[in-house]
Amino acid sequence: MTNYLDFEKPLAEIEGKAEELRALARQSEGMDVEDEAKALDKKAADMLADMYKSLTPWRKCQVARHPDRPHCRDYIDALFTEFTPLAGDRNFADDLAVMGGMARLGDRPVVLIGHEKGHDTKSRIERNFGMARPEGYRKAVRLMQLADRFNLPVITLVDTAGAYPGKGAEERGQSEAIARSTEACLSIGVPLVSVIIGEGGSGGAVAFASANRVAMLEHSVYSVISPEGCASILWKDSEKMREAAEALRLTAQDLTKLGVCDRIIPEPLGGAHRARPDTITRVGTVIEEMLGELSGMSRKDLIANRRRKFLDIGSKGLAA
Amino acid sequence: MNWITNYVRPRINSIFSRREVPENLWTKCDECGQMLFHRELAENLNVCTNCGHHMHISPRKRFEALFDGGVFGKVAVPAPLADPLHFRDQKKYPDRMKAAQKGTGEEEAMLVAEGEIGRTPIVAAAQDFSFMGGSMGMYVGNAIIAAAERAVATHRPLILFSAAGGARMQEGILSLMQMPRTTVAVQMLKEAGLPYIVVLTHPTTGGVTASYAMLGDVQIAEPNALICFAGPRVIEQTIRETLPDGFQRAEYLLDHGMLDRVTPRTKLREELITITRMLMGLPPAVLADLPPPAPTESDAEPAQPVMDPAEKSAEPAPVVPPVKS
Ligand SMILES: [Zn+2]
Repeated sequence: MTNYLDFEKPLAEIEGKAEELRALARQSEGMDVEDEAKALDKKAADMLADMYKSLTPWRKCQVARHPDRPHCRDYIDALFTEFTPLAGDRNFADDLAVMGGMARLGDRPVVLIGHEKGHDTKSRIERNFGMARPEGYRKAVRLMQLADRFNLPVITLVDTAGAYPGKGAEERGQSEAIARSTEACLSIGVPLVSVIIGEGGSGGAVAFASANRVAMLEHSVYSVISPEGCASILWKDSEKMREAAEALRLTAQDLTKLGVCDRIIPEPLGGAHRARPDTITRVGTVIEEMLGELSGMSRKDLIANRRRKFLDIGSKGLAA
Repeated sequence: MNWITNYVRPRINSIFSRREVPENLWTKCDECGQMLFHRELAENLNVCTNCGHHMHISPRKRFEALFDGGVFGKVAVPAPLADPLHFRDQKKYPDRMKAAQKGTGEEEAMLVAEGEIGRTPIVAAAQDFSFMGGSMGMYVGNAIIAAAERAVATHRPLILFSAAGGARMQEGILSLMQMPRTTVAVQMLKEAGLPYIVVLTHPTTGGVTASYAMLGDVQIAEPNALICFAGPRVIEQTIRETLPDGFQRAEYLLDHGMLDRVTPRTKLREELITITRMLMGLPPAVLADLPPPAPTESDAEPAQPVMDPAEKSAEPAPVVPPVKS
């Protein structure tokens, strides 16, 4: 069953009709609906192509949050072998909103860190919908330092609405944990590549994405604040999220112009959730390529490259 | 690194000369309700003389009280692109900027200066909450980088006074990118073996707390300052319960191990002198009213024309509403 987004409603109707026709034909012998159904398929395919050719920023936010979109766990399962999760911040807890551990990409051992939102009610609650607490960021710091010591490249997969705004999270130093994670990203002498696979939500995303290379899936978003949050503050009306999404320039396309995103990974037609294996393969290829670009660089150069990249951000506007 | 950090010769400016503070004005403390004689309040660094409540203080006033003889040189900050996203909500971003500039008399939300405190050379940066909520955009990022570079170039510690609602939404992702950018600035100081001392003032929240404001070698806060990542309202909406008294206030953070010290504003200068001198391996300071420092060699460097702070002070001081706490 497909989960349709609100703007995909017309599409849902056509696809539903085609399905109905075929179901009807299966029940009544001798009834031939295939031509008609095929015409509907064609209409649906055209509509899908049309819709996804020019998604508005707000629609991209919706696609980026689509429940069927491949999540961190799906990438780990498909792209890596010998995944060995490593748990805990050695201080308070293990935060399941952040997956982390060692794995092999091809033959190469790497350290993996990513937000995981969960895929059903149980796992979503377990994973806190991908909103990390300080323990998640401190686990990430620990893993980055491990990678640094043993000279393993680090791959981060970013997919979070943001760091968790909770009482305990604040008491245990959410801000400090995020700051230290960003600091760790900028300190390690090994390649660090990051892919925004869904939502790049504010500080909770930066803490993993202060990387040598940042790629974004075509319909992923990366923003200082959610469009709803921005709308409620600046428009005093959270229903103005479409306007806010537009103003924030949070799409992979705008972020490439601004020098924040290094490359865009095209999504299959209709978004990552309609062709998950294909999407995952494309992401894998780009990760390999980005690591390839960084291979052979000295520890010093890797650090300098990363710092320079961020110091230079902002020097060109959208016009560039 | 090729930031331009033109040194500007320090200019004498008098501390709290009578003409800046019209004597016929009274301020009501929004904590205890006491009517406070405006001049008395200014002399007490905007701390209520009755209940100790810390009200907003501008970076300029803070520096005038912090530096020996009130003398400091402004460290130039490279100007970022104006309105890089062509951001428009109900107002245009450039219009909001102009209003903030007019309201504060300052260029942006952070002021960077160098001078001496108790004869200890330092670089200082202070964020201005009255300028668009002190929000961290590209200018603030550039200011912190310029401050760190100046500190490294002159081998001085950096003292940073934070105050901000968070990142500046009108600069979108570019404001978010100031989190890694300012972290790089902090790393420059650490690698040069220079102290980085953060004084968190009311309020310090969001992406500011989650980057440079939490990375100090020593973390000090002013009493009752709100310091958090997510604000109390957001948390109450998320967890649907009321938060304990004093939650996310300086003293609460101190209790939870997130700060080194909570120090009243009136005692800060002395404490900062003590700490920086120890970390810089200097002998104890002579704590007394000191005359302004003699001109140093660096004063001879070409100065960039800036508005004379002394001249500026002659204008009526903008009345900044005290921050609600
Ligand atoms: Zn009072």
